[in-house]
Amino acid sequence: MSEDYRMMWKDLGLDLETHDALLAALGAGYAQTFMTQKDRPEGMKYFDFVMSEVHGLRVKELMDAKAAGRKVVGSFCVYVPEEIVLALDGVHVGLCAGAEFGYAEAEKYLPRNTCGLIKSFFGFSLTRVCPYMSASDLVVGENTCDGKKKAYEIFKDLPLVNALYVMDLPQMKGERGRALLVDEYTKFARKMEELAGKKLTVENLKKGIARVNAKRSAMHRLAKLRAADPAPISGLDALLANQVFFYDDPERFTGSVNAICDELEKRVKAGKGVAKKGAPRILVSGCPMAVPNWKIPSIVESCGAVIVGEESCVGERGTRDLAPDSGTTVEALIAGLADRYLKRHCAVFTPNPERLEDVKAMADAYKADGVIHYGIQFCNPYQIEGGAVERALEKAKIPTLRIDTDYSMEDAGQIRTRVEAFLERIKG
Amino acid sequence: MRAAGIDIGSRTVKLVAVEAGGAIVHERVEEATFDPLKVCARLVAEISVDAIVATGYGRHLFQRLAPGAEPITEIKAAAIGARAVMPGCRALVDVGGQDTKVVALEPDGRVLKFAMNDRCAAGTGRFLEVMAAALAFTPAEFVSAALAAKRAERSSSMCAVFAESEVVSLVARGALRDEIALGIHLAIASRTAGLAGTVPLEGDVLFVGGGALNACLARELGRALKLPLVVPRSPQTVAAYGAALHAIGSLTWAAERTGRKAK
Repeated sequence: MSEDYRMMWKDLGLDLETHDALLAALGAGYAQTFMTQKDRPEGMKYFDFVMSEVHGLRVKELMDAKAAGRKVVGSFCVYVPEEIVLALDGVHVGLCAGAEFGYAEAEKYLPRNTCGLIKSFFGFSLTRVCPYMSASDLVVGENTCDGKKKAYEIFKDLPLVNALYVMDLPQMKGERGRALLVDEYTKFARKMEELAGKKLTVENLKKGIARVNAKRSAMHRLAKLRAADPAPISGLDALLANQVFFYDDPERFTGSVNAICDELEKRVKAGKGVAKKGAPRILVSGCPMAVPNWKIPSIVESCGAVIVGEESCVGERGTRDLAPDSGTTVEALIAGLADRYLKRHCAVFTPNPERLEDVKAMADAYKADGVIHYGIQFCNPYQIEGGAVERALEKAKIPTLRIDTDYSMEDAGQIRTRVEAFLERIKG
Repeated sequence: MRAAGIDIGSRTVKLVAVEAGGAIVHERVEEATFDPLKVCARLVAEISVDAIVATGYGRHLFQRLAPGAEPITEIKAAAIGARAVMPGCRALVDVGGQDTKVVALEPDGRVLKFAMNDRCAAGTGRFLEVMAAALAFTPAEFVSAALAAKRAERSSSMCAVFAESEVVSLVARGALRDEIALGIHLAIASRTAGLAGTVPLEGDVLFVGGGALNACLARELGRALKLPLVVPRSPQTVAAYGAALHAIGSLTWAAERTGRKAK
């Protein structure tokens, strides 16, 4: 790692020793999980590079952008409209929350039985190892689940971020919910205008929408290619693309995913894939998997199955549907954004039957033999909804396995047994 | 033609050998110790078989001893074994050392749906051992004390660590040891029945695994499930038996195929 990066991390206030330990663990985990896979698409080399530079080159780019007067906005949730950030020439990044790191520190502020995602976000921040958090001019929180709502209240009073802005979100999807979301996005737009010192216009907002839609279109293309049997790309690699979606330069990301899709199209035509034709095909549904949370896909694919889709915020739930760009006023464009984002069907909404319909439609479209419902332990919305989703899918003759777990590897053996037994059940 | 099934669990290793047709010719149960492979090697050396199938927690580890031995999960193995000891069986509960499994079977014996306890040892054989020790009982005394208790001291905690401290506070309140023992059995039975409710189970339930050797747990689990509970002759070896039957089945199938080709 170059000395320049060390200076940069130091300037960002990172704890270099702890950060070194994190990068070493991340690098080893990545090598063991990703580099041992067979027949990876050539295009994945780009993502290998991105991961090797995830706290290096990309952070340097953020610092350069800041030096040029652009604003960096960090968030944890797909309800934060990236279009508005990009429209005002800002940079939007996802923040660190996918590993059991700094839990001892986090537990000074949070109960032990808090979900891994929240504990991890506190842990990374408190141990000062998330350069994205430090580089963010504004961190945007959101009222999704109760855990996050209360956590942001505590986080606000800790001297860890430059500024925290918490956005309200509806809990129901009707007209009132829509009105609330339009109102919140309008307020957020004003906040962003103030931060960026620029005004939103029809022109720049349309450009922001087009840039994010281009990323999404590339992901839609990738998703469709995974319907082929044999699957042309592993679930792990596809998940990685979904994870990098939150970090990377939008245009470079879009180009890289499209390049992989070109390669995969050739594979599909030639009948080539990463798993044997007829290998069990699994759809994963549930909680988001932030970098470096690769636990479930890694276990599932090492048992001989292939994951063909993710009904998740880090996956198709986050990327499906393009944002409408036909509005002729800023207000109309913002309302269009609200319409799109209201359809993410996160489990914090009630009722939420659309999510179940999405799971069924995805299982059908990607020819999944079974669904694995993933819940992060202590995530009330997904764990509770998971039971209903499981019963409904089984009723629809879609074999379903529910796994609730956290980021640690101590239950990997038990999960492997359950996944193998599930695959035995699918094979009959 | 002979085949064996070896079930390498967290607490014990079970080995069953069968001949063509499925009759048991050999059956052993040993402590797993801290070197289960060594135990496996000793057990395997006692027999001569044409094929062996491994199951249980150490099924992949066993490859080191016998490369090519097919691994199957204990869920599939227990399902096969269950059908052999109880023809037509559609439901089974397996309380092992570290896992509790609930399995519903299709009419033809295939696994229809299963559920397993989450990461912690609550409600498993290991939990019972820890609780017996907390009450200064041997495992056998723990069961007979619970069976003899006239009423139960309700225990609510299902975490091995919290349950132990709950036991300590119950003792400090002057609760009777026998009644605490029964309370712990009731709590496990109720938790296992809850897990069974997510599957769910119907009809006669076969109770297997080391936990089924506990007469009090069998009595209370039957009551909690509100279904007839059947404990087979040797509940601890049902998964090993299933693995052996799977092995002999594969051998027979391969032999028949070769026979057909020869004709």
